[in-house]
Parts: sequence; structure tokens; C-alpha cells
Amino acid sequence: MFPHPFPVLINSATPTYSTLDANEAVARVAYQCSELFAIYPITPSSPMGESVDEWSCEGQQNLWGHVPEVIQLQSEAGAAGTLHGALQAGTRACSFTASQGLLLMIPNLYKIAGELHPFVLHVTARSLATHALSIFCDHGDVMACRQTGAALLCANSVQEAQDFAAVAHAATLTTRVPFLHFFDGFRTSHEIQKIALLSEDDLNALVQEDDVSQARARGLTPDHPAIRGTAQNPDVFFQAREAANPFYDAVPERVQAAFDVLADRTGRQYHIFDYEGHPAADRVIIVMGSGTETCMETSAWLNAQGERTGVLTVRLYRPFDANVLLAALPASVRKIAVLDRTKEPGASGEPLFLDVIAAVAESDRAGQIKVTGGRYGLGSKEFTPGMAQAVFQDLAETAPKRRFTVGIYDDITHLSLPFSTELDIESVDTRRAVFFGLGSDGTVGANKNSIKIIGESTDLQAQGFFVYDSKKAGAMTVSHLRFGPQAIRAPYLIGQADFVACHYFPFLEKVDVLGVARPGGTLLLNTPGGTAKVWSQLPLKVQRQIIELQLKVYAIDAASVANEAGMRGRTNTVMQTCFFALSGVLPKDDAIGHIKTAIRKTYGKKGEAIVARNEAAVDAALAGLVAVEVPAETNAPDIFHPLVPPNASDFGQRVTARMLAGEGDLLPVSAFPPDGTWPVGSTKWEKRNLAPEIPVWDPSICIQCNKCVLVCPHAAIRPAAFPEALAADAPETFKHTALRSPDIKDHRYVLQVAAEDCTGCTLCHEVCPAKDRSQLGRKALMMQPQEPLVAAERVNWDFFLNLPPAPAALQRADVKGSQFREPLFEFSGACVGCGETPYLKVLTQLFGDRLIMANATGCSSIYGGNLPTTPYCTDKDGRGPAWSNSLFEDNAEYGLGLRTGVDQFVVQARHLVGDLAPTLPVDLVERLSIMPDDQQDETIAARRADVTLLRSLLADSADPKARRLLTLADYLVPKSVWIVGGDGWAYDIGSGGLDHVLSTGRNVNVLVLDTEVYSNTGGQRSKATPMGAVAKFSAGGKDTDKKDLALMATSYGHIYVARIAMGAKDSQTVQAIHEAESYPGPSLIIAYSHCIAHGISMAGGLNQQKLAVQSGHWPLFRYDPRRAERGLGTAVLDSPPPKIPLRDYTRNELRFQLLARSQPERAAELAARAQIAADQRQARYQAFVESTQPPASETP
Amino acid sequence: MNLSTEYLGLKLKNPLVAGASPLVDHVDKVRQLEDAGVAAVVMHSLFAEQIEGEAYAESQHLDRWENNFPEADSFFPASSDYALGSDEYLTQIGRLKAAVDVPVIASLNGTRPGDWIDYATQIEAAGADALELNTYTLPIATTLTGAEMERQLLEVVTAVRAAIDIPFAVKISRNYTAVAHVVADLERLGADGVVMFNRFFQPHFDLDELAINPRLDLSTPEDLRLRLRWIGILRDQVKFSLACSGGVHHPHDVVRALLAGADAVQTTALLLKHGLQKVTWLRDELAVWLEANEYQSVAEVKGALCYHRCPDRGAYERSNYLRTLQLWRS
Repeated sequence: MFPHPFPVLINSATPTYSTLDANEAVARVAYQCSELFAIYPITPSSPMGESVDEWSCEGQQNLWGHVPEVIQLQSEAGAAGTLHGALQAGTRACSFTASQGLLLMIPNLYKIAGELHPFVLHVTARSLATHALSIFCDHGDVMACRQTGAALLCANSVQEAQDFAAVAHAATLTTRVPFLHFFDGFRTSHEIQKIALLSEDDLNALVQEDDVSQARARGLTPDHPAIRGTAQNPDVFFQAREAANPFYDAVPERVQAAFDVLADRTGRQYHIFDYEGHPAADRVIIVMGSGTETCMETSAWLNAQGERTGVLTVRLYRPFDANVLLAALPASVRKIAVLDRTKEPGASGEPLFLDVIAAVAESDRAGQIKVTGGRYGLGSKEFTPGMAQAVFQDLAETAPKRRFTVGIYDDITHLSLPFSTELDIESVDTRRAVFFGLGSDGTVGANKNSIKIIGESTDLQAQGFFVYDSKKAGAMTVSHLRFGPQAIRAPYLIGQADFVACHYFPFLEKVDVLGVARPGGTLLLNTPGGTAKVWSQLPLKVQRQIIELQLKVYAIDAASVANEAGMRGRTNTVMQTCFFALSGVLPKDDAIGHIKTAIRKTYGKKGEAIVARNEAAVDAALAGLVAVEVPAETNAPDIFHPLVPPNASDFGQRVTARMLAGEGDLLPVSAFPPDGTWPVGSTKWEKRNLAPEIPVWDPSICIQCNKCVLVCPHAAIRPAAFPEALAADAPETFKHTALRSPDIKDHRYVLQVAAEDCTGCTLCHEVCPAKDRSQLGRKALMMQPQEPLVAAERVNWDFFLNLPPAPAALQRADVKGSQFREPLFEFSGACVGCGETPYLKVLTQLFGDRLIMANATGCSSIYGGNLPTTPYCTDKDGRGPAWSNSLFEDNAEYGLGLRTGVDQFVVQARHLVGDLAPTLPVDLVERLSIMPDDQQDETIAARRADVTLLRSLLADSADPKARRLLTLADYLVPKSVWIVGGDGWAYDIGSGGLDHVLSTGRNVNVLVLDTEVYSNTGGQRSKATPMGAVAKFSAGGKDTDKKDLALMATSYGHIYVARIAMGAKDSQTVQAIHEAESYPGPSLIIAYSHCIAHGISMAGGLNQQKLAVQSGHWPLFRYDPRRAERGLGTAVLDSPPPKIPLRDYTRNELRFQLLARSQPERAAELAARAQIAADQRQARYQAFVESTQPPASETP
Repeated sequence: MNLSTEYLGLKLKNPLVAGASPLVDHVDKVRQLEDAGVAAVVMHSLFAEQIEGEAYAESQHLDRWENNFPEADSFFPASSDYALGSDEYLTQIGRLKAAVDVPVIASLNGTRPGDWIDYATQIEAAGADALELNTYTLPIATTLTGAEMERQLLEVVTAVRAAIDIPFAVKISRNYTAVAHVVADLERLGADGVVMFNRFFQPHFDLDELAINPRLDLSTPEDLRLRLRWIGILRDQVKFSLACSGGVHHPHDVVRALLAGADAVQTTALLLKHGLQKVTWLRDELAVWLEANEYQSVAEVKGALCYHRCPDRGAYERSNYLRTLQLWRS
């Protein structure tokens, strides 16, 4: 963890440079210019909120010598309300957001603007969820706010993001118009650049004390009361609305004034519209955001070839000053292409285009300038010089496309412009390096460190940008680093790298690593197993590329070097050293010195031993680095490894395989479904081979309990019970043993591991209760290296998949029996050892063939539905979970909608059965006219048989009602609707909706995967976070207890409620899920889910679940209103009273232990209070259970 | 009655030292110990292995998840204020020094020579009055000789002596083949005293779980006799400080340790089991016994029954064992 200090600069006679990303640069300015932050995490703006929270906790002061308060709300809507109130009180309030979060703030943006409150909202522009969610950049969110009355100020780079943040804070005070300051999500928010920092004096020059005082004086106070928020009638509303016009009219001028002050202080002169290019340009692109720099660099390159082009960038988009825009355009301009990074389906054009059209049309240049409009960069689609060149080229045509897209190939509506993927206009002085790393190997962290070293130790400019894939386990990271003597204006990925490093050797097989290599460049390989035979281990394609590109190749066995230095598994320092040794960006000795200084700075507090290990790794890296001799000829065998198997679907071959190969950008529009509907069950094609070790089964020890299968997060270990006769055809290494069953004879039992899909989490080994009696350290499942086993296990797995299902009698709905059922959720991208996915898997095993899932945005929606491959799959009959994600905040309501929709079809189907009764067998009509009372497997099977019979009877009927019933008949088989999400959804942003949906009494099942923290966005506090835990926005430890959602839900009386923890009592887990499903009303299950955000060994996750229960942190509990009908108490405690103190649970988790290091006395106090809270919780549950017992006389 | 004594060059108002235990983790408890009459406190050990383990755990469970995901650069606040390694321990030294007047003796267990020096230096800088080196090695390897183990111990002592100026004692295992020789070497290399003896976690076989759990049982009065023997044997053979640690549960145990020759007597189990006020009982009853037996001071009684001064040296030697058995048989 790199410390994240707050940089305080008092003055800047000479500028101070720092290498940081826009989020940090903006947060720094916002912090100094604000008194209060009301925030809610959302990608990619979350780091800004986290930064101001950390600085506030550290007691850092703002411009006025005070420590701003930071308060986290339950949603962006809540944050906006708080902001509005704080502004109403006269404070300098501020926030950060993006995408759907910004949409949730819109109602208050209208209010804030309508009341002319000075306010700045910093936005990392991000796509809105439409046909799919995208966390990446476009301007859809910001454009949805252009009508709110907020001024829109756009920054194009990291430097501008900092500068414009300050200008926004200044201009909002001078204009009283709220400002929405935005910059491109990820591309700018997460790009690390070397920038000149603004000093405190700079900020004081911009943000005037008098303006602050005036804003404060307008605050609502009983000392001189006024009233705001009146209700106005038709007589006055309109006029009053127009009364604010002068304030908007003044904005452009006052923003320009702030720009001019900034220029006086720093020399960086901006204008509300800035033109750059040929003074007599005939073609101009108008654009805003990071794409501006690409257009400007491309324009300069074209002009150097003799063309006359230019670029006009829009900095102040609202209020839109057409006159200033036109004045900035050279008189010579005859054609303009307006680029919008957003899409308005059905509009006559995108917003900026329409604004420009109107500006030109109303000017005296109307008719002289032709304006075209194009879309680019949606969802962070790359925008390269080749694409900018394509726009200029199209403008050069006699009849340029009036509407176009650029950056994709649209073979449906043919809007796209052809573009070059080869154009490279970057300066030869800029050194470019690309690193392919494996998630958790530290590559990105080391590269961020390298950028800081180079940016802050030399005069070189530096830029870093990082790309991650969508998997949480075994993700690939790609780092793009540029260094050079001149300003780096290249907001796009590196296409031609001088230096390419592959830190994970298997990527050479799967990804075109050398596709980014420049001829004559350098390739650095991490070669596990030694450096002696590197060449012969390279795939044929890579050998060819090396020879053709004449690359210099170096290798190091980084893992061995790291191990010898005592840094097992952390190869980052080793590879970083090799980069500096080879790249020539800095003199080698200087670079090594800088690395060691950085090591001491980063690890100094962790002790000399850690420092020494890192330094030893640096020295060992230099010693272990070898040059690989490149022969003139290739010698690798020509083996083709398809990315999806030959039996994958046509879609899998055409689309998924190319996405897996990193070629998704090349797919045409026609390849995609137009409505976001995507085929299921594709993770099985993606053999990721992540596990260094896999479980190996010893049938002689195994007791066939299937617990290992239940807890496997990735469905990578499965049992089968198959007829003995089939064993004769088994592969040689396929292990099986006699099935332990009193009833079923002549069957064999097998536990088979999907060796290529296993992630090596070891949970199966940990949970295994079967031990060798004479060697108690040996279990029925022992971890062994995967590589020597994988070939045989691949064959075994294929054989296993073709075995028949286990006998129905074995597939009981208990722990063991449920695991004989086929999981319809497999090989997801969840973290190694994930604590959530086993619950989802068992859900699919119990009801998967009739399951409809509404999934809140979060971890479960990412591993559940993030492309390129998806884990929900189908059974042999083609049935399986129907999964979808709407939003974060609306999941409960969305699930209710699915329920009501299904119920409508059920009603209609039953009516139609009634209408058609005369034509159908009486007994069939009788059975189908009611829905089954119970949903046992036998009942469902009988129902399916009835529906099949109904279909066959209606198949040839021409009766319109019969035709309609055929489309609805499947709904006569009960559907199980499950609403799934994390605690961030259930406890916070979706709390109100969840409460309402549960209150309706409708038959929905809610599964809350409670990790007690926002896991997907990086560990922010939720209302489920326990007392004493450190989380983002609770850096000082959470000082309130977690909300007891379970007991709250029981207050209705009609809701089935359960708290479960699979690692503590798996039988209760399966029982609760089954009971919830069978309950005819709403049910709520809250499942303890261990998580990497707890700071634990994930191999110990199940044990932590056990300790959570044993310590009273997580009582196991069920509340079933049906029990009263049986004369029983409706509530049951399934766990005994605590038998260990809470600390025995908390001491294994860094989330609790970190506080003991930072604030030991507060940690001790919170720990004591948490123990009391746990005791009280137990007492509360005990009392509640007792209160639900029937009077003694009623007990049967 | 003059109960004062000198231990590690420190003037103590009496020989009673609160041994390393969780009690010393709390400033208010240490104040109570002082009020009850304890003459010095020994902090629990700073375990270098534990610090490294924590750093490794942090690396495994925290750092490794950083910069892996597009939506989450990290999972915990990136505060630079998280004290790591020895910070908390060193801070506690300062707190205790500020809270009490009695000497505060830190304790250290290292894993390699460099650790011992680094942490000993930090402890000295943090203001500890003295240091106790808590040494132990479990010689599991069949290739590790007793001589090599002794060499490693002496190497640590030499290094620490060169690194710090505050006095330090070495808390040793009772399992050295030639305890007297080892202790003499410790004195020769510059240690200021020796604490006899270290107590170790021993494996506990859990028959329910069929597993082994480490467990540290508190000392019992029976543990005292081994300490008395070696303190008695060494008292007049070495000049540096000797401390008795283990088995002191009664004022008479304190007297016995002093008679054997201890300069200081550490007690822990008694206080944990029966409360801090037992220090007062030990001190007052010590004074009563000394007075009843016409001693004027602790200095006078110290070593009166040590090997070289006792009426029957054979009582310390092998014959003692034989005679004990005979007595038991009869």
C-alpha cells in the first residue's frame, strides 16, 4: 500500500510537479476549497471521495484552516439531498460522482441551480447503463444533466482537471451558478501524468474570501430568516424562472475571468473555447474531453504534411456561448465535424452537434460552413490518431457523411468511417513501454511506482494508464507507460512499444503480447522454471514475431529470484528492476538507487527485514537477468490452441473466441444482439488454468459427504454416482470407488476436479472432514501441483461430464444430496476462494431450472454477467437460471416486477386453460387450474409432464386461445424469483425498495450476500460493516454496530427471514434456502460471505464464518411464520450461545487489526463495545425467539 | 527493613519484578502494579517473527489485492498512519515510562542477528530502562548441534552488546546441556544478567478435534525448584545479575529465590490468577520473614543458600536425586 499523503504547497514561485492521476489532482483542489463533502462511492469517481475522507481523518486543513467533514450517504440521491441542505445552510459543500450516481442527483441539481447555490460537483464522465452496464467512459451521464441549470465545464487532461477544478470552485462563487466539472472516466480520472500543482496561493487568488462570505451570508438562518422552496402558482412561476437569466448570461465571462487569473498565476491560459491548429484551416473538429488531445496531435501532424486542419475544444459547454465559439473559429473554416461522446437514439443529432449547428445557423456564416456530426468513444472505445485522421479525411470529401461513427465497423447502418490502425504520430523521443501482468502480481503497483520515480526524480514527462480485464481471479493487467522530454498528449493505448514485458508466461499463448512491439524493441519475459530454455518454450507465433521484429529478448525467473529474497509470490520488485535495467529510460545505476529509495519509503515502516528483502530482490534481479539468444529460425511446433472448443456454439466461435483473444474491437456491429440479450453458459469454454495446485482425491479416505462440492466457489469439484458398468469405459487415471448408500447398489462414486477451471483456493481441502486415521494431517483431498496432472484430468473431466445424473433418490435437498445435482452456475470470474458464490451455486442446484434472478449491481453482477464469458448455464434440457441486472438501487423493485410479470402470465395461462377446458381432459384441467401447493421435485416433475401433455394436445389446434396458451404454458410450472445483491444494495442504496417489496407480501425470495462492505468498488463502509472494522469512509474504524436487517424484517410478521453462514452450519444454509423458496410469501436470507475486503487468508474464509457464529457476531437464525400453524415458535436460533470471545474472530482479519495499529486505544474501546454489542445481539435474538413461542397451553 | 536490590545495574526498591504478561499491555494496570509495590516491570516480548508475519500477512491479504480491478485500486483506506512493525510496542514503552517511576524493562525475541540489533536499538531509543532478550530455538533439525545453538545465542549477545548501552539480561532455556557454561559465556560477552528460565508453549493434543493446539500453561510452584538449583549453582560463579522467573507463588518462594542468590524475582502467574494486589502480599510477607529470621536486608539474605555457601553442596548435586528417591521409597 503506497501512502497517499495530502500535498500541501503554500506558494508556487516556481511550479512544483507531481505525478498523479486526475482523481487525486481534483480531490486535492476540492478538499482545499470545501467545508463539507457528502459522498457515495461509484466507479470511477470513488477514489476522490476516498482521498478527501483520508485527509479529513488525518486532520488536514482547507484553505480557511478548517478540517472539512466527510459524510457518506446511502446513495447519491441521499448525498444530493445532504448537499442541498448544506448549501442552503451556506456552507461550501462538494461531491464527486458519475454515471447512474449523477442521474440520482438530477432532482437536486435542479433545486440547487434553481436556488442559485454556488456548488461544484466533480464528475468522472461514465457511460449510462442501457443495453448493458459499462463502468467506462462516455459523456452520456453529463449530457443527461445539461438541462438542469448547472454549468458544465469540461477538462481534457489531468493538468486541466486540476486547473478546472479550481476554476469551477472560483466561478461558482462569482456566478452563483452550480458547476458540474467533468473529465473522462478512467482515461483521465485514472491516467497518471506529471503535472504542475496549484499552490495554496494560487487557490486563494481564485477563490476569494469575500465570495465565500457572501455565500455564507445567504445561508438560511433563524437570525435573519427567509423562506425557500415555496410552491408557486401559474401567476408567477414562469416569471420567477426567468429571473435567473442574468446569472447565466454572466457565466461565460466570469469563467473566462477565472481562467485569466489562473493564467496570471501559472502561465497556463485557457479559454471557454480554445482553437488549436492551422490559422487558415478549412476543416475543423469540434470536440470536448480527452479526445481533444488526440485530435490536436493528429491535426498538427496533418498540417505538417501540408494540410489545413484545426481543432476547437469546448471547455464551457453550459452555458453555451455561441458567439465566443464562432469567434474562436478561423474565418477560413468551411467544414466542421462535431464529435460527441454520447448517443441520443432517435435524435436528429447528438447534443454538441446540435448546439454547433444552431450557432452556425444563427450566425452570419450560415451557409458558408458545412457541419457534420459523429459519435466516438462510447464505453471507453479507444479514440486514436487513426480515427481522428479518418474524420479529417472524411471532411475533405466533397460530400462528407452528415452523421457518422468512428472507431468501430458498422456493417448494419453503415455509419462508420474507415480508419487506420497503424498510424503512429508519436514523437520518437517518447519512450513507450507496455507490461502484461497477472492480477495480484504487483505489476501495476510497481509501474505506478516507476512513473513516480521517473516523473519526480527527473525532468522527463511521464504518463501511465492501466487496463484490467473483467475477472476478479486471475485477471490480466496491461500497463501503458510513456516517458519523454516533451509534454505527452496521447490519451490512448500504446500501439508501438519500445519495451514490452510479459510478467506471466502463459499470456504468450493466449494474447497477442507482441502485437504492440515496435521493430527493434526489447522484450522482457518472466520465465518460471529458469532461463536456460526460453526460446524453445515460446509459441511459434511469438518466435516468428521476435525474429521478424528483430526484438532483443531478455528473461528472468522472477518467482525464483523473489523466493530467494524471501518475497514469495511478489515478483513486482524483480520485474521493475529489470525494466529499469533494460529500458534505458534512466541510467541504470541512478534507476537502481531510485528504486531502493522508493522501497525504503514504501516499506520502511514495515521493518528493516521487509526493506532488506526488497533490496535483496533488486540486487538478485540484476544478477538473474539474462539475454536470450535469438536464432535465425523458429523451432517451436505448430500447435493451434483454440480459445473456445470446437463444440462451442456458433456465437462462441464467432464472437466469444475473438473477445477472449483480445480482438473484441475488431468485431462489427452485426456481431452483436441489439438489445443486450446474450447467450448463457460460456465460462466452460474458457480454460483459464489458474490453479498452481489442485485438489487430488483419495477415495480410500473419502466419506462421500460432498461438503467440498458445496463450498467450491467455482463449481470445479463435482461428485457423481454412476452405474458400475460404465466404469469399464473410464480413462486409466479416472478414480472411483463404491458408492456408500444403503439403498443404491452397483454404483460407483467419483469426485472429479475440473483441473483447468479450478482456481486453487483450497476451500475444498479445508472443509474436508475425512482424515487418514493413521496420518491425521492427510485428508481425502490434498493439494498437489496442477501442471503434471492437467493432461490426465482433462480427459477425466470430459468422461465425467458424460456420466448420467445421479439416481434421483440420491438428489435429496440436503447438503449431500443437493450436491449430486448439476450446478447451473460454474467457473465464474469471482475471486479465488469467494465467499458469495457457493450460495448462488447451491441456489441453482436446488431450483436452477425454474429460477429467475434479479441481480443488483456489484460483485455478483460482475462475476455473474461481465463479458466475455458468463457463468449461468443450462441443464441437459436447456433450462437454467434466467439472470439479469437492472441497476444498483432498484433491484428489489426490479425483482418484484419480474414476479408480477410472471404472475400475470400464470393468471392468463390458467384462464386460458379454463377457457379451453371443454377440449382438454378433465383431470388435466383440474390439475392445471391450480398452482401446486408444494414445490417438491416430484411435484415440479409432475407439473412439467402435465404441461408437456397440454402442449401436445394443443399443438395442432387453430383456436387463437390455444395458440396463445402455447406461448404461456411453461408459466404453469412455478417459477422461483430470487432477488440477489450485496449489503451495499440491501442495507444502503436499495434499502427503501427492499423494505417496500418485502412489505407487499408477494412471493419473492431475497438473498443478501453480506460481505459487510462495498466489495466491488473497493471496500467502502456500508451499514452492514461491523463496529471496529476499518473501511473506506471509516478509516478510524466504524463506531456504530451493523444494522440488524433480519430482526427488522421480522417486524412485519409475514416475511420468512434467515441468517445463514455456510462455513458454520451448511445444513442450516441448505434448509433455509429451501424453506425460503417454499414459503408462499416474501423471504429474506442474509448470508455471511467472507471476502478479500476483510483482509483475510481466503483459505481460512470458512473458518472465519465458523468463528463469526461461535463468537456471537453472526447468530444463525430462522423466522418462519408457518411454524405457528404447527404450534411452534416462529423463530429459531440455529447456533448455540457464543462460546468464544469476539476477539477470537476479529483477530484473524486485517479490517479489525488495522485500527489497532493506527489508533490502539480507539481500537480497544471499539473492540470492547463490539463485544457488548455481540452480547446484546445474542440476548436480543434469544429474547425474540422466546417471545415467539406459543403459550404453554398451545404447545402440542 | 531494607528490601532494595540491584538488578542489571538498576536500583530496585525490592526484588519483585512483574514478569512479562498481558498485564503490562495496559498503562492503568502497570500503575496499579507500581502502587501495589512492584519494583520493575517487564513488557511482553516484541516478536520479530510476528512483525514479519504481520507484514507478510499484510502483503498476502492486503497489498496483493491492490491495483487488480478496474473498480477498486485497493480495499482499505490508504492511510499513512497505520503503524506497522514495532511502532506500537515502542510507543507503549514511552507510555509506560511516562506513567510510572519504576524501571520499564522491554523484552525482545528476534529471528536473525539483524533483527536483534535493529529492534534492540529502537527499544533503547524509545526509552526502555533495560532489555530482556527472550531467546529460544527449537532444534528440530537433526543436523543442528547443541554447540551450534550456543554459538548462535552468543553471536546475538555479542551483537546486541555492541549495539546498545542500556543494560540487558538474557532469558534462557533450561535445556542447554551445560547451563553454567552458557551463563558464564553470556557474562563474558557483556550481558548484564540472566533470567532463568524461559517457559515455552507446549503442544496440546485435542482428542475431540484430533488436532494439536499450542498452549501455555501458567507456572506452578513445582517449577521453582529447577530455578533455585541453577541460580544457587551460579550465584558465586558469576558476578552479573540473576533473576528467577517461574514458580514464584508465595512469599516464601521469593525468600527461597533470594536464598539461592537471585537479584530479582519475577512473578506472573500469581498475579494473573489472583490479582495485582498479591504483589503487596509478597513484599510485606518477605519483610516479615526477613525480620522474623533476623535479616536486615535483602542484600544480606541474597545467596545465603547458594551452592558455594550452603551447608551441604551435595544437596545441589546428583546425590541429591538419589537420596530423594530413597526418601520417597522409605
